[in-house]
Parts: sequence; structure tokens; C-alpha cells
Amino acid sequence: MGVPLIELDRLEKTFTVRRRAGLLRRERREVRAVDGISFTVDRGEMVGYIGPNGAGKSTTIKMLTGILTPSGGRLRVAGIDPARERTRLARRIGVVFGQRTTLWWDLPLRDSYRLTHRMYRIPDDRYRENLARCVDLLDLGDLLDVPVRQLSLGQRMRGDIAAALLHDPEVLYLDEPTIGLDVVSKSRVRAFLRELNAERGTTVLLTTHDLTDIEQLCSRVMVIDHGRLMYDGDLAGLHEAGDGERMLVVDLARELPPIDSVPGARFVRADGPRQYLAFPASASAAPLVAAVAAEYPLVDLSVREPDIESVIAKMYGGTREGRRESLR
Amino acid sequence: MAEPTAYRTDGDPDACRADDAPGPYPAGDGAGGCRAGDEAGGYRADDGPGGYRAGGGLRAYRMVAAMWIRSTMAYRASFALTLVTSFCVTFFDFVVILLMFGQVRGLGGFSFAEVAFLYGTTGTAFGIADLTMGSLQRMGRRIRDGSLDVFLLRPAPLLAQVAADKFAVRRLGRVLQGLLVLVWSLVLLRGEVAWSWGKVLMVPGMVACGAVIFMAVMVLGASALFWLQDAAEVTNSFTYGGNTLLQYPPTVFAQDLVKGVVYVVPLAFVNWLPALYVLGRPAPAGVPSWAAFAAPPVALVCCGAAALAWRAGVRSYRSTGS
Repeated sequence: MGVPLIELDRLEKTFTVRRRAGLLRRERREVRAVDGISFTVDRGEMVGYIGPNGAGKSTTIKMLTGILTPSGGRLRVAGIDPARERTRLARRIGVVFGQRTTLWWDLPLRDSYRLTHRMYRIPDDRYRENLARCVDLLDLGDLLDVPVRQLSLGQRMRGDIAAALLHDPEVLYLDEPTIGLDVVSKSRVRAFLRELNAERGTTVLLTTHDLTDIEQLCSRVMVIDHGRLMYDGDLAGLHEAGDGERMLVVDLARELPPIDSVPGARFVRADGPRQYLAFPASASAAPLVAAVAAEYPLVDLSVREPDIESVIAKMYGGTREGRRESLR
Repeated sequence: MAEPTAYRTDGDPDACRADDAPGPYPAGDGAGGCRAGDEAGGYRADDGPGGYRAGGGLRAYRMVAAMWIRSTMAYRASFALTLVTSFCVTFFDFVVILLMFGQVRGLGGFSFAEVAFLYGTTGTAFGIADLTMGSLQRMGRRIRDGSLDVFLLRPAPLLAQVAADKFAVRRLGRVLQGLLVLVWSLVLLRGEVAWSWGKVLMVPGMVACGAVIFMAVMVLGASALFWLQDAAEVTNSFTYGGNTLLQYPPTVFAQDLVKGVVYVVPLAFVNWLPALYVLGRPAPAGVPSWAAFAAPPVALVCCGAAALAWRAGVRSYRSTGS
């Protein structure tokens, strides 16, 4: 194992929520957004941080960047306590919020980069080199002189990613980096991140709802729900733990009776000549496809990945019940 | 990668929080407290040694302000229009003062020139504070929509960035207007006041301290926005309201109000107390006469309080969902 770059030890964040409970009376309620999370991330790792909405993902990221101050526990990023030494840490991390841009709305993209250059005190040659690399890999050449407000969502996201990397950060946090992007933009962003990690050894921590992001990028997944770490391991293990199933969608030449003779697959439903077969997410689709093709007139096929929500729901459906019991 | 491990959430959440790890995050603990004095010109810097931090704040302020000036230039027509508009507003404000002073020969026992002196000193001090820190009152929106997050990601003090947010050159108009009235009143007062070196130095000194006091009040008010996002109006009543109050002689107001702005919100140190010394008049509401010289320490104390409040506010910033 390498050197831990990010260390969390029983990290907590509690919010007090006030709710109107009457004309004047207000109820105070404590919400544990992050409820004792511990993990370490080594230098050079690429980690997916996933969980349903409101699970505490963004809250964790915001504590890791120093935006939010933890309510309890210990937190170190590159040996720095983020909330205490936020500005010192800022030089060493890069952050991309998918839903929020750091770019200057009314100014050309280039101006935002110039500000970063000066504010982060990036040496001129480093800046030129990094900018040239980002412009090349993220295809920003034609966009540098366009005001940010005129960029498309995908262009802006690429611009934001470049802005987060000009100062050679050791860690890159990405909060929903592919949200709202089309397929081409998504794959371009993913290819760039892969290369960044491979060539520069930049540690990447990303939250996402898109399981394909995780599959294509991350060797490690952490699942968080209700502010707690539920799973920490590789993606295959997650499917196993979640008893996840993938779906093989086959288009046959004509309408046929349900395919039930293929081992390892379970017939789910038919839609005319199209049939849906479920199979364990950990299994390979290849033998299944071969078996179907050998016996049936196969025209077309696709494999659908389970979405993360359903995997997690399956995985911990029982636990939530159990927890409710234990709280009583 | 290590073996996948699944964490189960059984057991009481508090049970796993051993007390051997002291929670390093109580708000306003020792390390924070001693930073209170590190306030230079109203900019609280965040990290690093004192001088560097203040310098970093000024540097960040300059950079962000420059970006905003360029942003406004992106809409040239709009920029030209606001410039013309604010010039007209400032000009007519000035005409109103002329008209008022044309009609009124004295106010609360104060001569025309003396009232102009009060108006000019507070106007200039407030104008400087409004030019540099006026954007703080709009921070509420940044907090509500979570865009403050972006500022917190930059390696620069938050206060400098927020103060420079939406920096507008047109606010320079208020400073110029205040200065004009001040110079004019000094010309009129040339013969009326028995000038000494102390009194001559007192004039720029009171404007500088006054500006710092107004800035500190603005920072204090902005700190409250971290908890109450609609508190901007309360702050405005102290800043804009304070400015209006200080334009008039203290003899016009009820003594309790005067005591309030001496002892509670120390706005009287912006111009009343030093100005009364310059004009050779007794201090109001039984305040000792040496209080005229107390503006610098009062300004320092205000800055300290503002720095503490700001720090506590930032620590309790809650951001928004995702």
C-alpha cells in the first residue's frame, strides 16, 4: 500500500434544522449528515464515492476541502487540517462541482485561468505547460476567448476541470462531474481523468450517480448512506454484496416464447420480439450471449447496468429496517 | 486494493465515538482567539504569518475587484449608463446639500460650516468603507445559493474575496461627494477654528478611523449573515443609518441616543467626538473630553470584535445541499 493522502477518523457533521411547528414555536432537530466515517485514500488512487441523494457525499467533500467545519472526528488531507488551514490546503487540491462553476460568467475562459494563475502563484512555465496540456486534451482551443456564459454545459464542465488542474493539485475532488453531459462529453471527461491519474499520479475522489463513471475510472468504490460508510471495496464486490443483477436485452428476429433454457439467466419480461433477461452482475455476459445466439435468431442486444440506487437499496434494504429496530 | 469490507450500521452511533480523540473543532478556541488583533485596514487574513496574511488579503482583493471591473466592462452600454446614473445621483445629492445649507443657517446651535464639516467627515469615512466593503451586505445571497463555496476553494482569505465581490467603481462617487463637502467646510472654517497641529492631524485621522469603524460594523453585520441570512437590513440601519445620523450635530438628538452611539455601537467616534474637539465644543452626553483621541483604539477594538465574529461565522457556514 502507498502513502495515505486523505485520512478520515470518525468524521462527523451535524446540522441543526429548525422547523416551524406552530405559529411561533419552532422545533429544533439535529441531523447527522455525516455520522462517524473513517477511511484512508492513498496517493494515486482513484476512488468513487457514491450513495443516494442526501446520503452525505457532498457534505464529506465539503469537509475535505475546508468549506465545512466538521462537528467531530479527525480529518487530514496531505497532512493538513482542512477547516483550520483552508487557504494552505487550497493550493494543493483541485475541486470541480458539477452543479456550480468556478469560472467568471461574463469573461472569456482565458481570464478565469489568468486569475487562477495569479491567485495560486503558479510559476509561469508551469502555468503555460499545464494550460497547453488541458487545452489539448480537453479540446478547449476554440473556447478560450469565448465568454463563459456562452459555453454549453459540456464545454463549461471541461473548462471547470481545466481550471481545477492548472496548479498541479495532488488531489482532485469531483462532485458529479458528468451530470447533465451528453455521451461524447462524458467519455471525453472520463478519458481525460484516466490519463491524468495514470500520467500525473493525481489522486481522484469522485461522487457520481452514473455507475459507468465508476466502472470506467475507479478501482475502488465507497458507498455511503445515512452518513455512514456502508461499503469499501471494488465494484465487483459491490454487485456481489448488493446481489445486483444486470439485464441482457435481446432483440430476436420475431416474437418467440420466453427464453428460459439458458443457464445463469432469468427471464424477466418480453416486449414483442424484445426480451429481458436478468443475470448476476458479477457474471460475464459473453457466455450468456453465446448461448442465446446459438439457440435463437438474435438480431441485436445490449447489456444494462443496474443503477446505483437499486444496488444500494437491495444491499441495505434489510439494514435500514434493522437499524430502526435497534434505535427503539 | 484490500479486501472489500462492508460496514454495517448496528449499535449506537455514539458508542463508537471514543473520548480519547479530542474533538479538534470547538468554535472559537484558543488558537482562534489570539488571531483577533490581526486586522489590517479591515482585512482579516486567514492563514500564515500576520503580515503575509494581510498582504494576501489585499492582493486577493485587488485581483477579484479587477475581475469585476472587467466583467462590468463586458456590458459597455450598461456600464456607461450606470456611470451616468450614479454621477447624476451624486450630483443631485450634492445639490440637495447646497439647497439645505442655503436655507438653514444653523442647526442645534451649530453653524452652517460646522454641520458641513460633520457631513463631510462622516460622508468621506462612510464612502471609503462602502467602496471597499459595501459588497458584504450582499453576501446573504451568496450564502443562500451556496455560491460562497467557490470563494472558499480559492487560496485567498474569504473576507477579501467577499468584500471585493461585485466591486463597483461607481461607489467612488460617494467618497468624492464627501470629500468635496469636507474641503468646502474646511475652507469656511479657516477663520472660525483656532487651528493647532493636533486639530489639523485630527481631520485625516478621524476620517481614517471612521472608515475603519464603519468597515468593522459592516464585517460584524456580514458575520451575522452566516446565521441569519436576512439580517442585512439590520446592518444597513447601523451603516447607512449611522452615516445619516452622524451628518447632524449630536445636540439635535435625544441624549440616550447619543449615549447609545458612544457606548453601545461606537459610531460617535467616527466624527462626533473628534469633530467636536476640532470645533472646540464640549463632548455630548457627559462623555469625557479625552474621548476625542480614543478613536484609534476604539477602531482597533471594533476590528477585533469583527474578526472574532467573522471567524465564528465562517466556521458555522452550512453551505447548501449538493
